[in-house]
Amino acid sequence: MSAKTVISAGLIAASLVAEPAFAQDAGTLKKIKDSGSVTMGVRESSGGLSFTLGDGKFAGFHVELCERVLADVRKQLGMAQLSVKFQPVTSQNRIPLMQNGTIDIECGSTTNNAARQKDVSFAVTTFVEEVRIAAKARSGITSISQLNGKNVATTTGTTSVQLLRKHERANGVDFKEVFGKDHADSFLLLESGRADAFVMDGQILSGLIAKSKNPADFKIVGEVLNVEPINIMLRKDDPAFKKAVDDSLIKMMKSAEIAKIYDKWFMQPIPPANVRIGLPVSDATKTAWTNPNDKPAEDYARK
Amino acid sequence: MGGARKRSKDKLSTWDWQVFCKDTIEGEVIPSCFGSGGDITYLDWMFSAWGWTLSVALLSLVVALAFGSLMGILRTTPNRGLVFLGNAWTELFRNIPLLVQIVLWYHVIPSLIPVLQGIPSFLLVVAALGLFTSARISEQVRAGIQSLPRGQSMAGLAMGLTLAQTYRYVLLPMAFRIIIPPLTSESMNIIKNSSVAFAVSIAELTLFAMQAQEETSRGIEIYLAVTGLYFISAFSINRVMHFIEERVRVPGLIAAGGK
Repeated sequence: MSAKTVISAGLIAASLVAEPAFAQDAGTLKKIKDSGSVTMGVRESSGGLSFTLGDGKFAGFHVELCERVLADVRKQLGMAQLSVKFQPVTSQNRIPLMQNGTIDIECGSTTNNAARQKDVSFAVTTFVEEVRIAAKARSGITSISQLNGKNVATTTGTTSVQLLRKHERANGVDFKEVFGKDHADSFLLLESGRADAFVMDGQILSGLIAKSKNPADFKIVGEVLNVEPINIMLRKDDPAFKKAVDDSLIKMMKSAEIAKIYDKWFMQPIPPANVRIGLPVSDATKTAWTNPNDKPAEDYARK
Repeated sequence: MGGARKRSKDKLSTWDWQVFCKDTIEGEVIPSCFGSGGDITYLDWMFSAWGWTLSVALLSLVVALAFGSLMGILRTTPNRGLVFLGNAWTELFRNIPLLVQIVLWYHVIPSLIPVLQGIPSFLLVVAALGLFTSARISEQVRAGIQSLPRGQSMAGLAMGLTLAQTYRYVLLPMAFRIIIPPLTSESMNIIKNSSVAFAVSIAELTLFAMQAQEETSRGIEIYLAVTGLYFISAFSINRVMHFIEERVRVPGLIAAGGK
C-alpha cells in the first residue's frame, strides 16, 4: 500500500534509496527524543497557511500551530531543548519525504483525502478550504452558471482542474480552461483579461487579491464550489505521535486559542509585505474546531 | 526493521497500471481503457497530450529550420548589413532563456500590442520555440558553410554563377550534409523543449503528467509512461535523421570538402 505515492520523476531514485534507511517502527516521538531535533515540512507559498519570509524562515497559520504543538511535544518528552528544522516541500514531494522520514510533521496546505490516507496520516482538521471563483469586480459575474463559454483560469496540478471538469459534465456547460503554471501566473491571466474568472482555493484567491496592484478591482463571487479539509500531515501508523499532536491541537480548539491564531494570520496584516488577507473564518472551519476529527474530503462531499 | 523491509517489497507489487484505464471524471476503471460517448480515460488524455507535444515540436521545427537556415546563410554572405541582421537575430534569440521567451510572447508582447491577445497560445508557443531553436540552427548552418574552403565559393562565382546560385548548387549541398549530426540533436531537443508549452496552457505531455499525477496519486506510473513517450518521440526523430543521412550521402564529397 505504501507505494501509493504522489512523486515526481526525479524523486523516484531518492525515495527508493532513502527508504530502507529509516525504520519507522521506532516512532516519531522516540526519534525526536533521541535526536533532539524535529523536521517540519513547510511550503514556500501557500497563502496564509505556510509561506517563506526569506532567509530560511517560515511562517503562517499552520506553521504557528505546529510550533505550538512541538513545544507541547517537547514538554511531554521532558526535553529541555528541541531544535526545529524547516524543510521546504512541494505538492509533488511532500508525501514521499514524509514516508522516508525526511520530514516528521508537514505544516502546509495538504488536502486530507482517502487516497492519501493510505500513505500518510493526518492530525485533526484545523482548516477547511472552500473552492471559490475570483473575477474582476466590474465583470458582473456572480455565479458559475455565467461562465458558460468563458475563459476560466486555474492552476496546473491542482484539484480545481478536475472540479471544473466534473462541473462541466454534470451541468452540460463548457468552460474554456486556461491553465496557469502556478497561482501567480493564473492570477496574471485574470488580471490581463485572458481569463474571465479564476477558480481556486478561497484563501489563495484572497491572498493573491490582497497582494495585487489594485485589490478593489477583484472580487470573490458566487457559490462555494467544493470544500476540502486541509490538515497537518503526519507519518502513517504512528498513533503515539498522532495522539500527542491531536491532544495539543484539541487543547487549542477548546480554549479558542486557535481562533486567535487564525485571526492573526488571516485578518491582520502579515509579513513580509504587511498586507491583510482578509478571510474571515468559515462556518466549515468552525465546525471542524468544535468537533475535532480527521475525516477525509470524501466525507465532506457526501454532506 | 521487518516492517521497513516488507514495505520496500510491497513497492513493486503495488504498481497500478490500471490507472490509465480510469475515466477522468469519476475515476472508474473502464474495461476497454478507451472512453466512449464523451468520457475520456487517462489513456485517451495521454495520447491527446502526445499529439499536442508532437504538433508543437514538429511545427516549431519547420519554423526553426526555415528561419535558422536563412539567418545562417545571411551570416556568411559578403554583405555586411545582412551579416549584421543574421548575427543580431541569432544573439537575440539564443541569449534569452526559453521559458522567459515563452512568457514574453504570451504575457508581455500581447500587453503592448493588444491585437495579439487573440492569437491562440498554440501559435505563440510554436513561434517562441521555433525562433529560439532557429538561433541554434543558424549557428550550425553558418559553421557548416564556413567549414568549406573559401575556394569553393570563389570557384562558383568565377564560373559565372550568381551568389544565390553559388549557395544553391555549390555551398549548401555540402554544408547541409556536414551539419546533419548537430541538426539531429537539435531536432531531438525540440521534442524535449516542447515541454515548456505547459506554461501557456497547451495540454501537452508535461501538463498531462503534472495534472494526472495530482488527480490519481499515481505519479510513478504516469511519469514513467510520459518519459517513455518522450523517449520514443525523440528516438524516432533520431532514426528519421539517420535514414536521411544515409540516403543523401555522396561518397567522397565530404572528405573532399574537408581538404
